[in-house]
Amino acid sequence: MTESKPILEVRDLLKTFGAVVAAKDINVDVRKGEIVGIIGANGAGKTCFVNMVTGYLKPTSGSIAFDGVQLVGKGPREVTHAGISRSFQVSQVFHTMTVAENLMIALAIAKNRGFAALREMDSPDLLTRRDDVLTRYHLDSYKDMTVNVLSQGVRKLLDIAMAVVSEPRILLLDEPTSGISVEEKFGFMDVVIEALREDEVTVLFVEHDMEIVERYVSRVLAFYQGEIIADMSPKKALADAKVQEFVIGTRH
Amino acid sequence: MLRDNTSKVVLIGGILIILFGAVAPNWIVNQLMFGFSRALAILGLLVLWRTGLVSFGHAFYFGLGAYTVAILDIQLGVTDVFVRLLGGACLAGLAGFLVGFIMRNYRDIFFAMLNTAISMVLYGIIVKTESLGSTDGFAISLPTIFGVAPETKYPLFVVITTVAIVSALLINFYLKTTIGRLTTPIRDNEIRVEYLGFSVAHAIHLKYTMSAILAGGAGALMAMSLGQVDPDSMINWTVSGELVFITILSGPGNVIAPFIGSLVFEVLRTYAFELAPHLWQLIVGGTFLTIIFFLPGGIWSLISKLGRSTS
Repeated sequence: MTESKPILEVRDLLKTFGAVVAAKDINVDVRKGEIVGIIGANGAGKTCFVNMVTGYLKPTSGSIAFDGVQLVGKGPREVTHAGISRSFQVSQVFHTMTVAENLMIALAIAKNRGFAALREMDSPDLLTRRDDVLTRYHLDSYKDMTVNVLSQGVRKLLDIAMAVVSEPRILLLDEPTSGISVEEKFGFMDVVIEALREDEVTVLFVEHDMEIVERYVSRVLAFYQGEIIADMSPKKALADAKVQEFVIGTRH
Repeated sequence: MLRDNTSKVVLIGGILIILFGAVAPNWIVNQLMFGFSRALAILGLLVLWRTGLVSFGHAFYFGLGAYTVAILDIQLGVTDVFVRLLGGACLAGLAGFLVGFIMRNYRDIFFAMLNTAISMVLYGIIVKTESLGSTDGFAISLPTIFGVAPETKYPLFVVITTVAIVSALLINFYLKTTIGRLTTPIRDNEIRVEYLGFSVAHAIHLKYTMSAILAGGAGALMAMSLGQVDPDSMINWTVSGELVFITILSGPGNVIAPFIGSLVFEVLRTYAFELAPHLWQLIVGGTFLTIIFFLPGGIWSLISKLGRSTS
């Protein structure tokens, strides 16, 4: 795996807001199939990094290449079309619609590009796919419930399921377990990671919970004041002095 | 999942109404013509409303449609009903497409009032321009249909009802397509729609242009049914208000709702005016309040409840 060309190459990324430096000297290579954990204290630049990769924020300078295609300058829509999806720290779903409707519109947008958007949405093919995703993300029992009445955990599952229906090659999860109870978090992550592994999606996820990081990631990127201070295996990272001081130590 | 019988109901209902019009007294045929003409504009506002957008200025497109008919008639001597209708709808559609580049960037009250502003500019121009009829407007000749000048209004009624049926069927289909389904999602969460890969601006632009075409067609048909146009009954902001009123009265639930809502409005206004010439606004306003308090889903929610309890 190490010999293969990186799927995502980030070079010298810089983002400033006036005098504030939100990200600096960010250099990252991500290979296909990796599950990368992004850790760091609040304000360390994790979400900023995710937002730059997904086109929500434009970097001040630097480059982000996805499979050789330059992403800098592209908006969220174009980045999605290129094959990178994301989920959100606070789930971004359609709150007055049911779980099934949410997934259906996500599928339809992903599959009916261009003039196909003028075809009837509820095709048997898409309905089958929808039910398949509902099952894989353990959402069957919530199918006909409006998002408004659902718990944060179910909303987050839905949020992730909606991000993967476009069959992205890279998925960025922004704090998937935030807002999820301690008892639920492992079960939740098992469902998510299992489904993503099945689809061979490369995953980058922002996480505060070191137990989750230890258990699910193959590699850790530790952020501190806009810079990456560690890029190593989770075992090494959690034992690293700088990571302990600046990331884990400042957690609470 | 419930089966959608809307298109069947539209088709059968429409044909029955056309047959009924042949034997119905004149005043009923007139009410139906006015109601169905206006309902086309409501159909467009329904699509916008589902998307979370309320325009308080669609009299702009309604008036453009109506005045196009007047100009075609008076300046160019065009009498054919279809040329007039298409002329009105296309001109309004073109205007809607151009204005849409601005409107798609605005939401909520800004969207509502920016539309008002544009409609009042047109109102001002027409009122001040002698050659556009100023405050008096124009009288319009009864249209010819396939080259034949009809003696009664019934053939025009058939045309209007047919256009209403076709529009309802088209919009009903549109609302089932992927882009047509992008109403509630846009209202709920625009960021998510973008991240799913669809441009919210493009979706809103299309819906806005569609609503302009429908409002233009509505104005054109209304001008021909009334036989006259004038700024106060076609472009003034009160006309935009009426359109919003009927949209809420109808409810967003189904494409049939605008047609029922518009008819109820016509009848309500006519009777309120006869009953209390000086207080008719009070009756209309009271009805509005009643709907908002007791039927937030509009008249359609009554019908869908009835439908559910019988089936």
